[in-house]
Amino acid sequence: MLELRDVTFSYEDAGPTLKDVDLLLPDGELHLVCGRTGSGKSTLLGLFNGLVPHFTGGLLDGDVLVDGSSIVGTPPRELAHLVGYVPQDPAAGFVSDVVEDELAYGMEQLGLDPQTMRRRVEETLDLLGIADLRRRSPRTLSGGQQQRVAIGAVLTMHPRMLVLDEPTSALDPTAAEDVLATVARLVADVGLGVVVAEHRMERVVPFADRLVVVEHGHVRAGEPADVLRDSPVAPPLVELGRLAGWDPLPLTVRDARRRSAPLRERIGPAPVRGPRRPVGAPVLRADGVCVDYRRHRAVDSVDLTVRSGEVVALMGRNGSGKSSLLWALQGGVRRAAGRVAVGPDALDPAGLAPVAARAQVGLVPQTASDLLYLESVDDECAAADAHTDGADGRCRALLDRLAPGIDGDQHPRDLSEGQRLSLVLAIVLTAAPRLLLLDEPTRGLDYSAKTQLADILHAQAAEGRGVVVSTHDVEFVALVADAVVVMAEGEVVSAGDVGKVLAESPAFAPQTAKVLGPGWLTVADVAGASS
Amino acid sequence: MLAVVGAVVSVVVVARRGDAPWALSYRFYVYFALFVVVLRVVYRIVLGGGAVEGETVLIHLPEIPLPEVARGIQLLGDVTAVSLLGALYDGMRLAAIILCVGAANSLANPRRLLAAVPPAFYEVGTAVVVSLSVFPQLAESVQRVRRARRLRGDAGRGVRSLRRVVVPVLEDALERSMTLAAGMDARGYGRTGGATAAQRLVTGGLMLGGLGALCVGAYAYLDGTAPRVLAGPVLVVGVLLAAAALRSAGRRVRRTRYRPDRWRPAEVLTALCGVVVAVGVDRAFDLDPYVVVPDLGSWPTVSLPVLLVVLVGVLPAVLTPPPATDVAGPSSHDPSDRDPSDHDEGEVPRARAA
Repeated sequence: MLELRDVTFSYEDAGPTLKDVDLLLPDGELHLVCGRTGSGKSTLLGLFNGLVPHFTGGLLDGDVLVDGSSIVGTPPRELAHLVGYVPQDPAAGFVSDVVEDELAYGMEQLGLDPQTMRRRVEETLDLLGIADLRRRSPRTLSGGQQQRVAIGAVLTMHPRMLVLDEPTSALDPTAAEDVLATVARLVADVGLGVVVAEHRMERVVPFADRLVVVEHGHVRAGEPADVLRDSPVAPPLVELGRLAGWDPLPLTVRDARRRSAPLRERIGPAPVRGPRRPVGAPVLRADGVCVDYRRHRAVDSVDLTVRSGEVVALMGRNGSGKSSLLWALQGGVRRAAGRVAVGPDALDPAGLAPVAARAQVGLVPQTASDLLYLESVDDECAAADAHTDGADGRCRALLDRLAPGIDGDQHPRDLSEGQRLSLVLAIVLTAAPRLLLLDEPTRGLDYSAKTQLADILHAQAAEGRGVVVSTHDVEFVALVADAVVVMAEGEVVSAGDVGKVLAESPAFAPQTAKVLGPGWLTVADVAGASS
Repeated sequence: MLAVVGAVVSVVVVARRGDAPWALSYRFYVYFALFVVVLRVVYRIVLGGGAVEGETVLIHLPEIPLPEVARGIQLLGDVTAVSLLGALYDGMRLAAIILCVGAANSLANPRRLLAAVPPAFYEVGTAVVVSLSVFPQLAESVQRVRRARRLRGDAGRGVRSLRRVVVPVLEDALERSMTLAAGMDARGYGRTGGATAAQRLVTGGLMLGGLGALCVGAYAYLDGTAPRVLAGPVLVVGVLLAAAALRSAGRRVRRTRYRPDRWRPAEVLTALCGVVVAVGVDRAFDLDPYVVVPDLGSWPTVSLPVLLVVLVGVLPAVLTPPPATDVAGPSSHDPSDRDPSDHDEGEVPRARAA
């Protein structure tokens, strides 16, 4: 049982991140912590095992209790057997090179005897369904497997509570389902209390017993259906429920579908989707693009055509070759075979000097901050202008359009996730590329930030650019894309209009489509039809 | 003789190395060893020296006169067979040492090694192991940032462009290590178990004293001119002090080992082979020094017994079980099937390393 009594927490030189928080999280339930980006979710989670303030610094006022005894001032290591904490990126926390040892690591620190360790390792391997991975190195596992190993590594210590910080943010839809099913089983079978912070709530809400909303430093907790009524962040399903005036709000797709008959009648048949905007001549023609890494082919003869004014979403499992394809199109990764032609002059960016290539193809990489190296936003903008002829002040102007009100003296590292993405996007757009590529831009963005990003990309397409965005986020694809390309094992397995591709596959269907049938992709579609 | 040692070591490495990152490092040791041999010979040619009248002169090089200050240093000059051969043997001796160290490095799993160290060293050992795993990540980070630089349209030369790579890479590394530290702390790393400050002081003092005595003793033992009283006795005192320190430190550690490594026939056999070679060569040196340290004037000789003794070292290559490699199965086992934050980027540096 975790309890916060009258907790106020602030980082140095800043207003309180959390104000007068009273919270009681009982065992045996799944608590979902949600809120806008930067609202203090991670801070709240860190309080439970002492990482905040021991690792982050800051001023803590009030009392934090685990099972009724105060833990204020206790370092995280002395709480390891009570609270199991799994950080956002499990791969960054692995200490050993064999899964089994990784599971045993925590127990070794606790000083358990070898028989107990052996027994618990076996139990945990079975519980999480990772017995066949026991001798593998955690670093070579897939994202979903890594997440399960990381959960197992804290479970072996038999903690009273499990705290997971965005466990599925990096995972494709199927792997995310796997991990969440495992977590749900821990709650149901083992009776463990689990606290999960997650941006993509649509995945976790069906499993959650209680919802904890963090907003402007205040924390509210309660039944999901009650709290979601006016929570600042809500999955599309809830948005749909709000729109249709359903009460109580639906939490699962099945729930919503049962109640959707009147709504379906009201809105009529699914709209025939025309192109969102006029589409022009192709800006990108790629034929038979192949990329080879040491022993395997990451991209295998991919053909891709992007027309000006078109937004293409690239989907597929982790490691299906999406990033490699984007880099090959940009010219940063060598192609083993194939041709790439950009723009009316059919230029191949791989053969151009960086400055010239930048004017043809702009890419926002997965770790967008790799592009940033200066001390202030203004310096970054000036450097971007300097690399483009006659672009004085263009970068700053773009940035003000994408994310107004960023202080030019701020350090890029101090920006929020969304602001930093905007800055990198502005730097890339300074060169006015014909083709804009984005690699997983939605990580760490909340629903409204994603809607904003979608608007930005629509605006870029309307200016005649071709846009390709790779993502796992089905709901984002429904918002932004005109066409979808699905990759598997380096090959294109399906491609076409967004409505057609998303409706074809159950794993990729957005929630609205699951409730109202194919053709309805977003809540905005429904709102348009019902008004 | 030295060449045989090098070959034996190489055979064992090739036969029994795993597929871990450190296992791939042997080739760099080989390059380094070759480099050392070449460097040694080139030095001898350039700096001359060692040429004595009346020896076989291989090449005549004009000697470059140096100012008075640098007297004693000879630039170029005659190159004789003996001096060249001496340089070659010197280089090979160094190269053999490098190869042996490299072999140990590429065969031993540092984590298993860690499992064998006394509990007192546990914390230091973990730090070492973690830092080892940081290097591949650093390489990957550099690769990623260098590619990203192209996105800013920056051809990049000179010191200014260096900053463009170094700043993001260091920021990345710092962030990673903070995450790792937080993660390890959250999992109980460094639980003290209630040792008092006095206890720690005693342990530290014993340890320092022990290590100091060990260093002095070992030096005295190897350096024949040092007083004998420093050799044996000080070495023994050092060992005792260090052992006491380890005991004292180990007592307060409440930590256990999951499935510790046991000595099985293969391990014993490998260790025995090593001892046989060491003792054998030591004996051979007493019997016939020229087999081990060849005479500069004639062809190097190798006697059959010595050759056999050295060849014992190759036995572990066939007698021990092959290492359990991380066999790549179908797609789910594919290394690229990983977290997107590093799946594609990770491939490139690994390909390079190969």
